[in-house]
This record gives sequence, structure tokens and C-alpha cells, in this order.
Amino acid sequence: MNAVAPLKLMIVDDSNIMRRKIERSHQCSRLNFVGSAGNGKQAVELFRRTEPDVVTMDITMPEMDGIECVEQLVAMKPEVLILVISALADKATAIEAMKRGANGFLCKPFTDRQLTDALDELLRGAGS
Amino acid sequence: MTMTKVELETFVEGTTHYFQTAANQAASVGSPYLVNEGLPNIQEYTGVITIAGKRKGVVYFTASRPMLTVLLMRLGETDMTHENMCDLVGEVANQISGNARRDFGNQFMISVPRVVAGSQGEHVTPPNTRSFVIPINWRSHSAQLVVCLD
Repeated sequence: MNAVAPLKLMIVDDSNIMRRKIERSHQCSRLNFVGSAGNGKQAVELFRRTEPDVVTMDITMPEMDGIECVEQLVAMKPEVLILVISALADKATAIEAMKRGANGFLCKPFTDRQLTDALDELLRGAGS
Repeated sequence: MTMTKVELETFVEGTTHYFQTAANQAASVGSPYLVNEGLPNIQEYTGVITIAGKRKGVVYFTASRPMLTVLLMRLGETDMTHENMCDLVGEVANQISGNARRDFGNQFMISVPRVVAGSQGEHVTPPNTRSFVIPINWRSHSAQLVVCLD
């Protein structure tokens, strides 16, 4: 039997509550949590160290926002899967994030089920 | 130009949607009232967004520590620190901001939420303005959504 290594998950959000909620909610999925960051700059540093496969990304953050961060992470690892999780529910924000390389979009607030479904869909889309 | 019912509903819906989805428990909306003179009250924790463009002013959500404690518990959080209380009202304000951006587009320029802790000495609304106060009732607690736009 082939053992498939779990994919590595990084969480980026300036809200401590959100980071912990996502960390708790993802536990039923096939992801191994490797760390979280509170802004885009921290995320880029953590990404270099941990090389995650999947990232959940907030948009509105201090230092460096999620849109710019998506672009930098994709430049470092084009195959990374990025789920943007934001309260900015307008289409323009979602389209901009996708243009920079994000793979999915989930609006805040969300239920545990909605997060699990969004991550599953992200992984299915990548054939994982 | 007076504030429209639709505009008010957008802010109210942003607030109630947070309770319904994040806490999985609906909040009810009390009877709104107008504060013509003086400043509307703020409670222990307040998340504020500033609006410019078609309208100018502030919108804020203000709640007590006991209400936020129960809300944090509903979110599965065990850490009831001051930082998490601030974080939570900021998230509610963020949700209100997101709804407004979705519904009003670039007619409104909306700031990143800021958090005010403490109910004394802070004037959140500009002087000489009128504010709509909308009670947000949840479980046995009552928060307020305050909309102060010219």
C-alpha cells in the first residue's frame, strides 16, 4: 500500500481567533498544519521555511495585504494551492486574488462545514 | 441627502449574518432610534469603520465583555483575553465593512476596522452629527450597531 504524505497547510490571517478557528476546523481534512502568520510579510518568511502545499489567505492585513502576498507565494512555488478567506465579499476582490494566482475564495464568516468543503474542492481541483 | 433604508439594512445584515453564521445562532434586531443630541453610548469593546466617498462618517459595533465572552465560546475559543475581545469586535466590524463594499462598490471608501477598548473618554462619532442606533440582541445580551453618516 502506498502511504501518501499529508499536504502541508499554512494559515495567514491577522485575527488570532480566525487562525485558531481555521486550525481547529481543518483537522478532519487531509492536511498537516505547519504554521500560521499574522500578516503578509510574516507569511512570506514562514513560507520559505516550511514550504507548504496549501495556504489559507486573508486579504486585509497590516504590513503586506493578502493580494500582494498571494503573488509572492505563487512566484516562489507556482503549484501552491491558495484559498482566500475574506470578509471582502465583492467580486472585484475575488477576481483580483484569482488573477494573482489564488485557487479558491471563501467569504467570512463561514461554518466549519463550508471551510472543509472549500478545502476539499481546492484539493479536488488540483487532483490531490 | 438622507441615509436610505437600504443602506441601513446593509449594515444591519452584515452584523446579524456574523451571529447567524459564525456563532450558528441568530441575533434579533431591536427598534432603531435616533440620537440627535450628544453622543451615542459605547460599551467595553467597539469595532469602528470609517466611511468616505458618497457618504462620510463612521459605523461601529459596540458590545460588552460578557456578550463577547459567550460569543467567543460559541466560536470554540477558550482564550478570553483582552486581545481576543478586541479581535472579535474587529472581526464583526470587518464583516460589516465587507457587506458594505459588496453592496455599495466604490461609492463608499471604507477603512480597515479599528478597535476601541473601554467605554470612557473616547468619542467615536464626529461632533454635531446624528446617529442611528440599532440594538442587536443575542441570547440575554444587547450590543449596538451605530450608523453615523452625513
